[in-house]
Amino acid sequence: MANEKMHVLVCGGTGCLSAEGEEIITNLKSQIAEAGLDTEVAVLKTGCFGFCEKGPIVKILPDNTFYVRVTPEDTEEIVKEHLIKGRKVERLLYVDPDKNEAISDSKKMDFYKKQMRIALRNCGFIDPANIDEYIARDGYMALGKAVTDMTPDTVIQEVKDSGLRGRGGGGFPTGLKWQFAKSYDADQKYVICNADEGDPGAFMDRSILEGDPHSVIEAMAICGYAIGATIGRVYIRAEYPLAIKRLQYAIDEARNYGLLGEDILGSGFEFDIELTLGAGAFVCGEETALIHSMEGKRGEPTTKPPFPAESGYWGKPTNVNNVETFANIPVILLKGADWFSSIGTEKSTGTKVFALAGKINNVGLIEVPMGTTLREVIYDIGGGIKDGKKFKAVQTGGPSGGCLTEKDLDTPIDFDNLIAKGSMMGSGGMIVVDEESCMPAMAKFYLEFTEEESCGKCTPCRIGTKRLSELLELVCNGKAEMRHLDELKRLSRVIKDTSLCGLGQTAPNPILSTMEAFWDEYIAHVKDKTCPAGECSNLIKYVINDNCIGCTVCAKVCPVECIEGERKQMHLIDQDECIKCGACYEKCKFEAIDKK
Amino acid sequence: MAVNLELTQEKFQELDDYVDALPETKGELIKVLHKAQNIFEYLPKEVQIHVAKKLKVSTAKVFGVVTFYSFFTMEPKGEYDINVCLGTACYVRGAEKIAEAFSKELGISVGETSADGKFSITGLRCIGACGLAPVVTIGEKTYGRLTADMVKDILKDYK
Repeated sequence: MANEKMHVLVCGGTGCLSAEGEEIITNLKSQIAEAGLDTEVAVLKTGCFGFCEKGPIVKILPDNTFYVRVTPEDTEEIVKEHLIKGRKVERLLYVDPDKNEAISDSKKMDFYKKQMRIALRNCGFIDPANIDEYIARDGYMALGKAVTDMTPDTVIQEVKDSGLRGRGGGGFPTGLKWQFAKSYDADQKYVICNADEGDPGAFMDRSILEGDPHSVIEAMAICGYAIGATIGRVYIRAEYPLAIKRLQYAIDEARNYGLLGEDILGSGFEFDIELTLGAGAFVCGEETALIHSMEGKRGEPTTKPPFPAESGYWGKPTNVNNVETFANIPVILLKGADWFSSIGTEKSTGTKVFALAGKINNVGLIEVPMGTTLREVIYDIGGGIKDGKKFKAVQTGGPSGGCLTEKDLDTPIDFDNLIAKGSMMGSGGMIVVDEESCMPAMAKFYLEFTEEESCGKCTPCRIGTKRLSELLELVCNGKAEMRHLDELKRLSRVIKDTSLCGLGQTAPNPILSTMEAFWDEYIAHVKDKTCPAGECSNLIKYVINDNCIGCTVCAKVCPVECIEGERKQMHLIDQDECIKCGACYEKCKFEAIDKK
Repeated sequence: MAVNLELTQEKFQELDDYVDALPETKGELIKVLHKAQNIFEYLPKEVQIHVAKKLKVSTAKVFGVVTFYSFFTMEPKGEYDINVCLGTACYVRGAEKIAEAFSKELGISVGETSADGKFSITGLRCIGACGLAPVVTIGEKTYGRLTADMVKDILKDYK
């Protein structure tokens, strides 16, 4: 950051920008210039602060004042009051819901207190479009150290000693992967960064690329040095236009600074990076499928071995890591493996970024040491469940994962514990659901996803996921019998055992884990033909109760005219005709309609 | 701003120039299709055959790739493409009801384009704006924290 005394940081992540963030920045800049403060106050568009629930966010340094839900109309007040007169704009401060008091210093907010930021260290602090800011925070020092003071083997040893495991879902030890790629001789090797974040509800990779693209570029170069590759490629989702733009800009900047290209830092090491755009296929998160897609083919996986480390992109040794994994690398080299492995649990070192979403108060991106409990994440950081509802479950690992319930709240989160609980880490999406969410319907949602995303190459996945989602459809419509539940279980096991790649092998997880934890709910759908959460519309009954004063509003909105009753008399819904659209329920002002 | 969907000679020429400027065409089919969709707005049969000839690969291969990836479309989208995020975070916060409300207002289902070519509804897999869930994007504009009764008002801006 330059010489200005104050810095106004505006979140430039996708979430905040789509909520008029750009206009906020333009307004601030022009109003600051108007006030003649432009030599003293700098406005920076940074990466994601993580607290998306309250976006757009504006933070003012040096005092860490944290303004939430800022609108373009608020900027004038911020400039006039805060920047000119030094008075905080109270109404824009974050209000702690428990204590009901405004907190101005972001460091004192519960949301940030328990976090530890390694992969997200620069997100929300620096301008991603300015390489000097990255360098000022020790950027490219790790690359410098690697190429001048370390041999490829010592780099790999350091990564191995750190215990870093792949953050994309598999949890494979990163150092070991690098060692494999190094061990094969070839005229050309490749480093690939998997930025095809397809897991719905997870957006950490996008935030890192948008907020701190240089950390990934630096790490890829270090990896190239370690395994002996000169070409790096980032496979990135076409749905992330902002991340693509920022990453491309950062690559060009790094080239201009001699940090990419020939003879990096005078060491003789050569490395360069290009982008490849994905075209929307969940299965491309699997590394062999990703490599096929990069070759311009359908993204279908192949059996391993051979692993990409032996025969990958165009048949050459290739190392594939995900964005968050790479973002950890520069810090590991600078602060050392001992430091990194002292964080987290014995077998899962370091931190993990989670995307909190769903029915939770503080939707956003957080980073905590491995081994933090779910309770701390959901209640202390996440602020608990929305609208004071009851916690029901949290889905981790996306469509490949499972759900964790009340009884798992005190489990320390790491790779192995989650698998033991029938879920998985996945890329770190955490979808919180409350009592109003129906678990069979949630399983159906995921199966529809995997059914659509199945690449079709192997039969168990292509046909099996279709059958599973049909069976779940029966359950949710109240047409299933007990034998269908047995069939669901049996088929799930078969698909798990016989599918070719991770997509099929994990696709039944949402069913198996919801059956395990919420068997009663399945039974209710099948035997009692009811949906306890009141979500499956075919199983809901709308019934008018004694509160009815006969205002006739419900009869008027009913699209099938199945509500009868005289004015000022209690009305009645004809259950045979009712299409369960819920229009009457929403319009009734007297709470006279029960949803059962 | 009506979308020009004609398959003009100029457009084919633009695509050819792009391909000719590539240092290497091996493995670049997806890149070329991205460009083609950018030029033509969609990828009808004629464009796919053209790309196949230009890159000297079979039309079947091109068709295979186009149908595999959700980003590529063989049907033109409406002038206003309503993108409803159907990712998990939006789903949990009621995205299906939002999609239904748009369908009801416009008389088309998700994945369809209205007869006058003005509107289409597309279901998206998570755009990562989970803090704004449920989210809909129309062109550059993003609508967050939606409820079904806001749908009518949103459409007023486009009708």
